Amino acid sequence: MALDQSFVGRSYPPTDPYEVGREKIREFAQAVGDTNPAYTDPEAAKALGHSDVIAPPTFVFAITFKAAAQVTTDPQLGLDYSRVVHGDQKFAYTRPVRAGDRLRVTSTIEAIKSMAGNEILDIRGEVHDEAGEHVVTAWTKLVARGADATEGEA
Amino acid sequence: MTAKIAYGDIEVGTELPTQTFPVTRATLVQYAGASGDFNPIHWNEKFAKEVGLPDVIAHGMFTMAEAIRVVTDWAGDPGAVVEYGVRFTKPVVVPNDEQGATIEVSGKVAAKLDDNRVRVDLTVKSAGQKVLGMSRAVVQLA
Repeated sequence: MALDQSFVGRSYPPTDPYEVGREKIREFAQAVGDTNPAYTDPEAAKALGHSDVIAPPTFVFAITFKAAAQVTTDPQLGLDYSRVVHGDQKFAYTRPVRAGDRLRVTSTIEAIKSMAGNEILDIRGEVHDEAGEHVVTAWTKLVARGADATEGEA
Repeated sequence: MTAKIAYGDIEVGTELPTQTFPVTRATLVQYAGASGDFNPIHWNEKFAKEVGLPDVIAHGMFTMAEAIRVVTDWAGDPGAVVEYGVRFTKPVVVPNDEQGATIEVSGKVAAKLDDNRVRVDLTVKSAGQKVLGMSRAVVQLA
């Protein structure tokens, strides 16, 4: 069933703050094999002008995607999450995420489209720090494959 | 929060050093833990095949994380990345052996923008096929 177009523009309440830890950043950097010292050494980060270690550019996705669950599990929207794949992802940064940040995410449904039997959902996550300053915006495009569209496809 | 590369030294067409990133099943388990994405298509072969995939596939966000390393290694300061976007076009299939798969990433300056910024277009391949489309970053240069 097609998703209700009246949900376009709907915003969900800001999430509780996520506190970014140095060791969580280190764990993420190690998992992607990235040895850039800006992620693990506060002195190296300071030499680049950052007040503490910073997170790799895609680190924040774990936070925004968790926040987007408010949308994807909204029973009123009725998305069949078992059919969802990640279509596109984009970030626009005011500054990098860094250790010590307490980040809140406000998720908004930007668009709902039906194409070739698939439902396409665009979610924008605005990430702000404790002072209310913008840090990064994440745009996530989710594609819920239609029942007919999946037959015989990889 | 700017790169070590000077805007004036860069021209449209400047190539970034190409890099190759290995990915094995162990890598995916580690990334699942670090990112909190435990979708079984990234570690359970039986499940992946049941939902129509050829084998276990890498997290799209893992591939996205590897691809931007070509930019952050070039720029020096990862904080110089001001925009980054990709389209997930094909999965990176990761067989259950010691070699796993590789992700090959090359980048090129596609445009010089205002305020000492450049747009870098990335080409991201695995097993000879493009796995990301529209893979672009805007970088703040010195």
